Amino acid sequence: MRILVAMSGGVDSSVVAATLKQEGHEVIGATLQLYDHGQAVSKPGACCAGRDILDARAVADRLDIPHYVIDAEERFRSSVMASFADSYARGETPVPCVACNQGVKFTDLLSMARDLGCEAMATGHYVRRVEGEGRAELHRPADLSRDQSWFLFATTQDQLDYLRFPLGDMPNKEAVRQKAQEFGLAIAAKPDSQDICFVPSGTYASVVEKLRPETNGAGEIVDETGRVLGQHEGIARYTVGQSKRLGDIHTKDGRRQIVKRIDATTRRIIVGPKESAGRIEFALRDMNWLIEPLLEGVRCHVQIRAREVSREAWVYPLADGAKVVLDEPAMPAPGQACVLYQGSRVLGGGFILS
Amino acid sequence: MTVYLDANATEILRDGAMAAMLDAVRLTGNPSSVHGPGREARRLLEAARETIGRFWNAGPEQVVFTSGGTEANALAIHAFGEGRRLLIGATEHDAVRMASPDHEVLPVLSDGSLCLQALETALQRGGPALVCAMAANNETGILHPIETVRMLCTRYGALLHVDAVQLAGRHVEGEARLTVEGLTSLAISGHKAGGIKGAGALVLGAEGHVAPMLRGGGQERGRRGGTQALPAIASMAAAFELAAAQDWAPIAALRDRVDEAALSCGAIITGGGDRPRLPNTTSLILHGVSAQTQLMMLDLAGYAVSTGSACSSGKVTASHVLQAMGLDDDAACAIRVSLPWNATESQIDGFILAYRDMAGRLGKKAA
Repeated sequence: MRILVAMSGGVDSSVVAATLKQEGHEVIGATLQLYDHGQAVSKPGACCAGRDILDARAVADRLDIPHYVIDAEERFRSSVMASFADSYARGETPVPCVACNQGVKFTDLLSMARDLGCEAMATGHYVRRVEGEGRAELHRPADLSRDQSWFLFATTQDQLDYLRFPLGDMPNKEAVRQKAQEFGLAIAAKPDSQDICFVPSGTYASVVEKLRPETNGAGEIVDETGRVLGQHEGIARYTVGQSKRLGDIHTKDGRRQIVKRIDATTRRIIVGPKESAGRIEFALRDMNWLIEPLLEGVRCHVQIRAREVSREAWVYPLADGAKVVLDEPAMPAPGQACVLYQGSRVLGGGFILS
Repeated sequence: MTVYLDANATEILRDGAMAAMLDAVRLTGNPSSVHGPGREARRLLEAARETIGRFWNAGPEQVVFTSGGTEANALAIHAFGEGRRLLIGATEHDAVRMASPDHEVLPVLSDGSLCLQALETALQRGGPALVCAMAANNETGILHPIETVRMLCTRYGALLHVDAVQLAGRHVEGEARLTVEGLTSLAISGHKAGGIKGAGALVLGAEGHVAPMLRGGGQERGRRGGTQALPAIASMAAAFELAAAQDWAPIAALRDRVDEAALSCGAIITGGGDRPRLPNTTSLILHGVSAQTQLMMLDLAGYAVSTGSACSSGKVTASHVLQAMGLDDDAACAIRVSLPWNATESQIDGFILAYRDMAGRLGKKAA
């Protein structure tokens, strides 16, 4: 069948393209240009910088498949980078990769694939798509250390039906690199991409401050009674549940302190002792369901950060979202995703409300 | 089998140009050498120079060979722009725009032709000036009124460089043949006329010294250093002779058929199609459908067309030419169809079917 492969120029999506081509499909490669490489700092390993586009093109040439570079800069700026900064300005900790998968990749590129008469679109994500009863299911991959299902929770059922994730069953990254080598792809040893692709070397706060200058600037670090404990250099540098960048305030009266809340309007970081900080209950917005709509509570595991074990919980549907009730308290950070699992299957998820 | 409709990117090689190239490739000599093989190579080089010059009503001493159109344009701006205001048309090719970062932009009208009033106003402001105007636009095929531009430049004592890369070798029905008389210089390229890639020329309005960009061994009478690419130059000369002898009316008729079919599918011809245009070129806007998607669909259907502006990564962006003509969103929705010198009726029949199919599927969705 005719199938479009979203090629980032990295090992994973290159192996996907090569594998599908070997299986006899008519493969079309597409690479998204998400931001101006010249403006961002050169950062090999990050997704879709200039270097990566050339790599994707070289792989496509090697495989003898058509390859196109899609200009998604404006859309990426408005739908991903701007909301990333807006979210920080509200005192949240956003997940831009979810917005990117949801919008630029699985809406725009996918609709282009349909226009081109493709029967499916494939990516190099590490998740499994399982043919369920009637419709496709989204599952964690075989290699749990590469699991990207948390980032893909917002994939709609229609999108999932159309998508293919050929790497979901690969045992590990080494096996993927091995395949790249067998296919003779020059990028077989290319380093993995890391962090947020449009943020050079982890300095996301400076990116946020450029887009939303009001987040730039000092503010107070206070305890829960409002007592000023110290100063900080911008709210975008803090995440609820963490104790990074608290300096001397890190420990108080022998107790470890963490960020409990970020008040964007007063620019205050509110800290408190770690053991008192947990919550049992919190709400989610913008739910996406990959199961039939719930009528009552469901027993499941929820994962509230990208790299964290999942926790047992009940989740109840609300008119405009969902309510999560954890068995044990935890520290959900507003703006992060909360993804619901039963076994390896993704049931759905939403964004954590403050 | 792909049908090639992107001649403005590069023409299909003409048989005679290939033969001329092969003859030149077999020669060992360097045209600058004083021995027999050198003389033999030089004879071929000078014959090509004469052919090219004659084409523009210029003597051989007025022809400076370069690596192509980009270098010829850059050399003109380098040599004649020094100490002058640079007045550059808004729809000029990047070969001109990027060669002169500090230029003043001359607007174009919505039909794509240079705004003569704006040109005159700019010239009246005085001071020595170099005007750069293209003979025919690479994306739309639309001609600038070079004869009037030339008269205005003469009246105000400004120099005029014409980028003739797209026009060279093609004849536009009802238009007088462009010559270098009255111009400061014009730039041409061999592969746009059916020669191989790798040679172009700056043809000077009058014999004279040109400050070189590459000094090197003083070739081209000290105006452009570096051993001449003889096979490409010989091929360029042959291509121009063949192109000049060609009847372009059948190509224009095929192009008109493309236009008619596109119009019937709801497309718009960029600039309206009323201004004189290159016989082989049309630019078609399908409102609301990105040029990128159109290009991909046609490519997958086996038809090679282009959008006017793809950067080196292959990314398609909104065209500066169309934006200069006052198009906003539609500037990212135009494809260029440029027929090669040997386009056939059955190729165009096939293209029209593919275009209809695409417009039917995508045009409706956008509407």
